[in-house]
Amino acid sequence: MIVVAGIAFAVLVLAIIVVMLLRRQLREKYATLWLLIGLALLIISVFPGLLLQLTHLLGVEVPANLIFALSLVLLVGVALHLSWELSRAEEEIRRLAEETAINRADIDVLARRLDATERAHKPRDANPSGTAES
Amino acid sequence: MSAARSSTLVIVPAWNEGESVGPTVREIRAQPEGWDILVVDDGSSDDTPEQARVAGATVLSLPFNLGVGGAMRAGFLYAQRHGYARAIQVDADGQHNPRDIAVVLDGLEVADISIGARFAEVGDYSARGPRRWAMRMLATVLSRIAGTRLTDVTSGFRAANVRAIDQYVLYYPAEYLGDTVDSLVNALHAGLTVVQVPVAMRPRAAGRPSQNPLGAAVYLLRSVFALSLAITRGAASKTGVRA
Repeated sequence: MIVVAGIAFAVLVLAIIVVMLLRRQLREKYATLWLLIGLALLIISVFPGLLLQLTHLLGVEVPANLIFALSLVLLVGVALHLSWELSRAEEEIRRLAEETAINRADIDVLARRLDATERAHKPRDANPSGTAES
Repeated sequence: MSAARSSTLVIVPAWNEGESVGPTVREIRAQPEGWDILVVDDGSSDDTPEQARVAGATVLSLPFNLGVGGAMRAGFLYAQRHGYARAIQVDADGQHNPRDIAVVLDGLEVADISIGARFAEVGDYSARGPRRWAMRMLATVLSRIAGTRLTDVTSGFRAANVRAIDQYVLYYPAEYLGDTVDSLVNALHAGLTVVQVPVAMRPRAAGRPSQNPLGAAVYLLRSVFALSLAITRGAASKTGVRA
């Protein structure tokens, strides 16, 4: 029974990842690690004997400890990867914020100058273009 | 866009400084040299941008708060795009005397970066305990790297020439102490030179620096951390513009 539950869980995780990938809600660079984890989960669920052999081979006393250790390693990897991506994204956002600020200041100057020119050329209309300085 | 008129840009980073930014900008404009003034509004929630505009400065409004480092790099980017030959940072809180701007700018005759330093014999400014140790430590290490005596490396009163502006646009961190210490270490590793000019600091027009011992101790730890990172980084990779 527990084996079936394990397999079902692994399949569910893999299915969610694949569906998200197909819907383009998850980018490939994030999916790789998760797919790896899902596949490992599936293999161990289908062949529980494999885990026992591996435990023996590595000299770990209890199979559960091996599972915990492995999952910790993988989760730390995922967390680190996300922090790295987030740092990069923040730097990119910072660049964009600086660019938009400069663009806005430049556009303000242009709008004011355009306003002045139009006013000079059409003295009858007060504000023909409707562009006012902000 | 338009060519730089006076070719020197005074960059004033301001975050919720609605009360002091106006007087600061007016005071800078009252100087005879007629520099262009750019106030970088670092995502203020008060009337800082309006006050700055009314006082006669060009205003760069960041959509959200980036910290002094972010505001300054935006300023340097603006300076680069508009072809300014020199840029100088002046704090909006009135700590930096506009009369000293010309003095700090003169330092650019002999170096790429000129720092207006607090405790270089002029004026009265004192720090005590861990904060003082931190400043001492930073000053000693950075003097070593710079090959010249620096006493006040966390001073925000600093000027840059074209080479330094290009370097800053390339790399000017927003992290804690990054805008002062890390940017300086990186510029030095890139082969830029720095000089220190003694100036007097005035008491801030609004607000005051944290003086409690715990805050000062945290400041010491963070500065050690920031400095170690900056030095290691500089030695490992040369990310600077070529001379």
